[in-house]
Amino acid sequence: MAQVFKPSADVWLRAILVTAALTVASIVVGGWVYLHSDWVTDVGEAPWQPVPFSHRHHAGEMEIDCRYCHYTVEQSAQATLPTAETCMTCHSKVWTEADMLRPVREAYAEGRPLVWNRVVNVPDYVYFNHAIHVDKGVGCTTCHGPIQEMALTYESHSYSMAWCLDCHRDPAPFVRPRDALTDLRWKPTKDQIAANRRRLHAEGVTPETMTDCYTCHR
Amino acid sequence: MTLRHLRRAALVPLVLLATACGPDMEEQERPRPIDPEPVLSGPTSRLPVEGTVARGEKTAWEVLRDRPEITPELLAHGRERFEIYCAPCHGIAGYGDGLIVRRGFPAPQSFHQDRLREAPAGHFLAVIANGFGAMFPYGDRVPPGDRWAVVAYIRALQLSQHAEAAALPADVREALP
Repeated sequence: MAQVFKPSADVWLRAILVTAALTVASIVVGGWVYLHSDWVTDVGEAPWQPVPFSHRHHAGEMEIDCRYCHYTVEQSAQATLPTAETCMTCHSKVWTEADMLRPVREAYAEGRPLVWNRVVNVPDYVYFNHAIHVDKGVGCTTCHGPIQEMALTYESHSYSMAWCLDCHRDPAPFVRPRDALTDLRWKPTKDQIAANRRRLHAEGVTPETMTDCYTCHR
Repeated sequence: MTLRHLRRAALVPLVLLATACGPDMEEQERPRPIDPEPVLSGPTSRLPVEGTVARGEKTAWEVLRDRPEITPELLAHGRERFEIYCAPCHGIAGYGDGLIVRRGFPAPQSFHQDRLREAPAGHFLAVIANGFGAMFPYGDRVPPGDRWAVVAYIRALQLSQHAEAAALPADVREALP
């Protein structure tokens, strides 16, 4: 009886097995990399806005405090987008002829808000509240990145659940004193982290309660 | 298979419906505060009826009527609010030389002049609430309690630029150059 398999079949079998294993591995690794990549998370991409508003100019160069425009951030779940009146506080006198500010002037004249596009869009099953984070000392740039360098506003990183938990499990390295909340260039020191740990402990901010499911999902 | 089995089997699709998940939960049908509202046109978060007061809170008038006690905490709060909302135009020290003014906004009056040193607190309270000249109203950005804190801090700024050396405490006077 003739041989069913030639000697080379052994080589083929090994080659096919190795190729199959590599294919599965590359799909798993590639899929993971793709799902965490900027293509999926939109990190670094500035969505279209009715007015090309620059945080680099307003917050960076003009040193306007974040709370000048986002003035409910200390009391409310929402940081609030400024009213057209807030923009016009300065732009009634500065850049009054600028074409790119036409939507602001029209909104102000007609008494309706400008409709901006969301940059950070957490899913609806996440109940995020700005006020409590600010009250406990989470500064603006801690989550929103180097906003003073953004000519157009984009996500500086992915707002994933793992990223939230990094801080909820151990907030001490991330929080700051209340008078530095809107300091755009604030950096923590070693002493600061130890001081934070003491303060958070005294205020009852403990990782045990901050990692319960219902802290964020209600 | 009995009828009871059939009844149980009929529950299976119901249970599957109850576990519905995915994009529907990511984008739920509830409106969010600053989303556009299709029926009434405008944002979903509406303005409260004029004169609305939260339960247990004082009305704006009640807060504005009585001058609060001047404490270091009030002054510190006033300084923080002043530097957020006022300093862009009025400048950190109140001379009317803020960064926005250097970029072309009409310069406001300096706080360091006799007219404003002698102006009653009510003048500043009214200007914060209603605006003045080129200045827009700040009533919605600076609530009544904060306005008192800002006025207290303006008074401190005025004093800082117009104090008699003899009126200083002895230890501070010694530190003068």
